[in-house]
Amino acid sequence: MLARLRSLGRSSLEVFATLGRAGRLWWHAIVHKPTRDSASLVIRQVYQLGVLSVVIIVLSGFSIGAVLALQGYNQLVKYGSESALGLGVALVLVMEIGPVVSALLFAGRAGSAVTAEIGLMKATEQLSSMEMMGVDPLHRVVSPRLWAGFITLPLLAVMFSVVGIWGAAVIGVEWLGVYEGAFWATMQDGVDFVRHVLKGIIKSVVFGLVITWIAVFEGYDSEPTSEGISAATTKTVVFSSVAVLTLDFFLTMIMFNW
Amino acid sequence: MPEDLVRLENIVFRRGRKTIFDGLSVTVPVGKTVAFMGPSGTGKTTLLKLIGGQLTPDSGKVIVRGRDISQMSRAELFSVRRDMGMLFQSGALFTDLTVFENVAFPLRIHTDLSDDLIRDLVLIKLHAVGLRGASSLNPAELSGGMQRRIALARAMALDPSLIMYDEPFTGLDPIAMGVIVQLIRRVADVYRTTSIIVSHDIEETAGIADYIYLISDGRLIGEGEPGFLREDKSPRVRQFMDGLPDGPVPFHYPAPDFEEELMSEDREIGWFRFD
Repeated sequence: MLARLRSLGRSSLEVFATLGRAGRLWWHAIVHKPTRDSASLVIRQVYQLGVLSVVIIVLSGFSIGAVLALQGYNQLVKYGSESALGLGVALVLVMEIGPVVSALLFAGRAGSAVTAEIGLMKATEQLSSMEMMGVDPLHRVVSPRLWAGFITLPLLAVMFSVVGIWGAAVIGVEWLGVYEGAFWATMQDGVDFVRHVLKGIIKSVVFGLVITWIAVFEGYDSEPTSEGISAATTKTVVFSSVAVLTLDFFLTMIMFNW
Repeated sequence: MPEDLVRLENIVFRRGRKTIFDGLSVTVPVGKTVAFMGPSGTGKTTLLKLIGGQLTPDSGKVIVRGRDISQMSRAELFSVRRDMGMLFQSGALFTDLTVFENVAFPLRIHTDLSDDLIRDLVLIKLHAVGLRGASSLNPAELSGGMQRRIALARAMALDPSLIMYDEPFTGLDPIAMGVIVQLIRRVADVYRTTSIIVSHDIEETAGIADYIYLISDGRLIGEGEPGFLREDKSPRVRQFMDGLPDGPVPFHYPAPDFEEELMSEDREIGWFRFD
């Protein structure tokens, strides 16, 4: 009993210590005077994290939009309301599926890459050599990736939703024969920027922050061995995915009555 | 007597339950090449990290240019490190940059020099290590010895007054080893740089060091000029200098009696049970 209590205490202390280290990392990385090449470092990371994720986002967005149209049409047509297909698909994509699925894809594609890259830089002493050259790796390596994640995920989520709506239009209008005017008009009428689109964007901003924070921290805090980096990469994907789904619930609850 | 560039006073450093240094005091005078030698696992690299402020001692002082490095703020520490160069065992070159950009990196970060001037300075440094012709290659295209030479050019880029070498001779073929030995000596002589070498390669280190500290079990077991250490009669110094497999540093890791363990009823090793 005492041993269990001790082990519980030790695990709790470890969790708090990890959270403390993660908080310090975030603070040191974000709060500092920008240098003259800060912008170019961020742009490079926006390319690495964002532009290189476009293909997977477009393919997944189109597939999910198409599936939503097929499934949605099946239900709506029973009540003769297939003209509301556009509205239904747009709301689901913009408020929920766009931010959440693009965040999960981002965690798998970009988050894991960031963790592995930083972990390997640590294992090959590149971070130490940077420190010894008087360059803070938190400013040079961690900070640009945090900013890039914060900037790119909302853009990717919007792209996901747009391509998803297009996928739904291709299936719904071109294939299933939903009246094109109704498809777009119900969407235009029912989707409000502040009440729907903005809520989705706020979610993806939060997801972007959390995923890149987890990814850079796991890389920076990893054991500099092959097992350590492998474990850190797995943790990034698992923790990010759980964090996205949990936060999605809380954010939806908070913004429910907005 | 020249002024001390680095002074370690009564350093105690623990990692977990293991004491790495137990009251270590050493000095590195300005302009000298000082080597720290000792068996693997004695914390030689840890010593360099303490001097560079990457680790903080549990007690004691690390004085660099008269200031205690363990009391500095993060910003002060990064500023002091601009006057230090460090050659890592792995070279630690940035794999996403070319050889040229690796050497140009500290110049671009810490100076306002024009691109034109940076180009010339980098070529001078690369020429000094004999690799001007490799400036457009990626680090992955170079051998281990060449990577270490590039890392040396990068460590020298800002002409620091202190260069630290972490196991500079490990894993090199005889030619590459000869090149590195010659370069370290030349850098110290030409640039009047203070050098700290951490190594267990006796011949190469003794050939270029002005003064050697021998460390074992967290304590200083001998010190002196290379010739003096060769004459030292103490068992610890003799075991290391003559490469004896057994002695004060035992061959066997602490273990129960061999015969008793073989005959024992307990068949477990770690979590595995041999039935």
